[in-house]
Amino acid sequence: MDDPTDSPEPARPAGPGRRRVLAYLLAAPTLAVGARVGLDAAGGESAEAAVPSLPQPEELFDLGDMQTLAAAPTSGLISVQVHTDGTASFAVPRAEVGQGMTTAVAMMIAEELDLPLEKVRVSLADARPELLMNQLTGGSNSMRSIYLPVRSAAAVARQRLVATAAQQWGVPESELTTADGVIKHGSGRSATYGSLAEAAASTRAVVAAAHLKSPSEFTVLGTPRNRIDARDIVTGRKKFGMDLRVPDAKPTMVRRPPTVNGTVVSVSNADAVKAMPGVTDVATLRHGVAVRGETFGQCIDALRALDVTWGPGTVDKESDDTVLAELRAAALPMTVPALLTKKVDAEFTFAFASNSPLEPDNAIADVRSDRAEIWASLKVPIVAQRDIADRLGLPQSAVTVHVVEGGGSFGRHLFHDVAAEAAEISQKMGKPVKLSWSRTDNFRQGRTHPMCVSRVRATYALGNVLSYEQRHTSSETDFGHGLGEMITSTAAKLPVAGNLTFAETIFQLTQSTPYNFGVTTQLLNEVPLKFNTGSMRNIYSPNVACARELIVDQLAGKMGKDPVAFRREFLKEERLRAVLDKAAEAGEWGRALPDGVAQGIALHTEYRGAVASLVEIDCRPETVNRKVRDGVTGPRVTRALMVVDAGFAINPRGLEAQMMGGLNDALAMALTSSLHIKDGIPLEGSWDNYFYTRQWNTPPDLRVIVMPSTGDKPSGAGELGVAPAFAAIACAYARATGTLPTSFPVNHATLSFDPLPLEPSTPQSPTDGLDRAF
Amino acid sequence: MPSHTFKLNGEQITVEAEDDVRLLWVLRDLLGVTGPKYGCGLGVCQACTSHINGKAFNPCSVPVSKIGADDEVTTIEGLPATVGKDLHPMQEAWLDLDVAQCGYCQPGQIMTAVAKVRRAAESGREITDADLDEIRNICRCGTYTRIREAIKAGAEKM
Repeated sequence: MDDPTDSPEPARPAGPGRRRVLAYLLAAPTLAVGARVGLDAAGGESAEAAVPSLPQPEELFDLGDMQTLAAAPTSGLISVQVHTDGTASFAVPRAEVGQGMTTAVAMMIAEELDLPLEKVRVSLADARPELLMNQLTGGSNSMRSIYLPVRSAAAVARQRLVATAAQQWGVPESELTTADGVIKHGSGRSATYGSLAEAAASTRAVVAAAHLKSPSEFTVLGTPRNRIDARDIVTGRKKFGMDLRVPDAKPTMVRRPPTVNGTVVSVSNADAVKAMPGVTDVATLRHGVAVRGETFGQCIDALRALDVTWGPGTVDKESDDTVLAELRAAALPMTVPALLTKKVDAEFTFAFASNSPLEPDNAIADVRSDRAEIWASLKVPIVAQRDIADRLGLPQSAVTVHVVEGGGSFGRHLFHDVAAEAAEISQKMGKPVKLSWSRTDNFRQGRTHPMCVSRVRATYALGNVLSYEQRHTSSETDFGHGLGEMITSTAAKLPVAGNLTFAETIFQLTQSTPYNFGVTTQLLNEVPLKFNTGSMRNIYSPNVACARELIVDQLAGKMGKDPVAFRREFLKEERLRAVLDKAAEAGEWGRALPDGVAQGIALHTEYRGAVASLVEIDCRPETVNRKVRDGVTGPRVTRALMVVDAGFAINPRGLEAQMMGGLNDALAMALTSSLHIKDGIPLEGSWDNYFYTRQWNTPPDLRVIVMPSTGDKPSGAGELGVAPAFAAIACAYARATGTLPTSFPVNHATLSFDPLPLEPSTPQSPTDGLDRAF
Repeated sequence: MPSHTFKLNGEQITVEAEDDVRLLWVLRDLLGVTGPKYGCGLGVCQACTSHINGKAFNPCSVPVSKIGADDEVTTIEGLPATVGKDLHPMQEAWLDLDVAQCGYCQPGQIMTAVAKVRRAAESGREITDADLDEIRNICRCGTYTRIREAIKAGAEKM
């Protein structure tokens, strides 16, 4: 087949405002266009900090910028394909865990290809080692890193289709138009993309310049769209890991130790358990004993029947109070002497929290002597593939890792613990396994957001804040999921002085104070306790911002200023001032409320986005003391407003959903949900112990305002709402109760449930379900 | 092995399972009906919520032997057929308001919502905020506001 042209020209003229970026026509049976991930996405939009404070690292170069920069030099391409049925497909090297990434990607392709959204199919790519660190879903970076590459590939695909039609019809490309997957000429001729998909294919790789639409031409991007998988979801057809049918991959669960990371000393009745109804296999692991059976119910029966002698875990002597004491001892000193000026000084404690999604951790593994196949929701599948290959004694290329859609993540799927465990069990049993952790496993042995303490000291005089110091001390957060490689390859190039450790690098790249508070330092120290930890949605920011905004309110009070007026005066960025003003106006800041009910407002900027949150909290006894069976009530946020500037909002409806989720996460972190560590293990074992926000906690009135676009690049959004909402809730609580809350969640001191037994590790399912039918 | 007969999504079925295996695992592991999700196995999270004879219940908390031959079990897969359409009005409302995020809890949320609205209707009243506050289904993505709006919208068309 002859190529119509080596360098497809656009049907649209390359006018002002258009961006020209490169993509690659790929050799394939039907039209396929590739582009590099990270392409041109690390633009140098360093903040203009015309302020007394020196710019902090996050303002110059945030975590997302670093990821996109790290992504730039790699060789792997991602490709958009056009098929003979008129659809386009794309395997995105990211994880979909509810954040709406696949919908946003489909919108990018639909936009640049002029194809109806429903004709774009987006799937999740298997682990692709050649993409290097371009296959990491985290840091709210996906939209920022794939926005240009995906659009470029789709744009070149459209240009190629136009060139092909023009050649076939013997007309100039400039006379052709594209819409809804059809190319038309003024003469009345028309052709569908599907009919041209083969003719437009290339026989060799060719570089092409993509002519991207300018935002003013967008008809899909920037408009509210529903999730592309919504219908599958509401009909129960969407497949999660445990819904997949892999031949002979039978249900598998693990009996686990009574303390975190305890070890198996001996199992006395493995043969008897293997003889139980439905049980096929029993295998001893380092940290537990696996059972495989016909149903998960029979796995629960079997694991409960096991008689196991356990060795110690990694944190057996630790409880909430010992960890807190260690954190306080490790806090870095303040540097500004507070002797001669007025100051605000406070210490805030944040309890351990669980990042477990609703879908319990699960993975399918089919390990043979010479190869392995894994199915799991993984945000860093390449690292999983390499590690699992190492553990199995196989070459990396012999391990196929399929990325499955996840039922939430919140940081949990950055790690591949469950996939590695499934692989180990499959290898030991010599059979495919469908491994699920129990709910109780997820809370007690799964990863946690570690306890931390944030100390803040701010000094002020003569109407100015002279210094702001924050010393954040945390039990260690595990970043061992591979981000480390990216950091080492990139850190040396960062415009940041100093010899930062890994966690400090993350901390410095994500944290900044949005106020002109004179000498500003924010430092992290970590205590290396061996809990199972990891990033939870927004990592450090919810805690850091909560402490900061509470102190901002304290400063405003001491200096006799209204909290909104005070923030306005000291803010560095116009974008923050704009969201603040909008929130104050739309949320009726200062409106009259009964005693015990109060407003709180807070701000946060991260991932190149800006958010203001304004909430009203009801702390009156009749609200606080509501009774709900096996649940906690307490103060209720009755009205909440999130005002978000996400740069360019790709899908305002999806962005709104992320703000809603962020607010509900913030409610849980501020008011109700935490892990209580006692003698080396969390006491929480069910959703009626770990009090994530429920309907009786959520605000009956929640509004999200998406600000008009302030740029042509999307900011991160998935984590953006958590920190400001947490801080606003804390500020409202402080005002409503006339106190300064210093321990979060505010109900942590009260254990509001009877802990499930530690042994056996998974409780038996109830049998009285029919009695509770309604 | 004992065999169990009941009506599942409009069809009379027979399945072999030990008596004490909870219905959730019979549905998911033996019959391949995966709309009801496992979120806790403790009757807490409500992700497996389905209907038995029109009432919401948690299959994770019912041994299969307690399901009688006359009992009619409806999972999310069988919900549209109860109104003779491609989608139940509550599912339509879920689409209209783009409720779902990850989607894991949503089959259970929809089944709970339908039962809640039916109970309110049987009492001759509309669904209230107090009714919505009683719903125990966890949505860990936190899309609670859209769930509330969708239930009210769906109720109007039920």
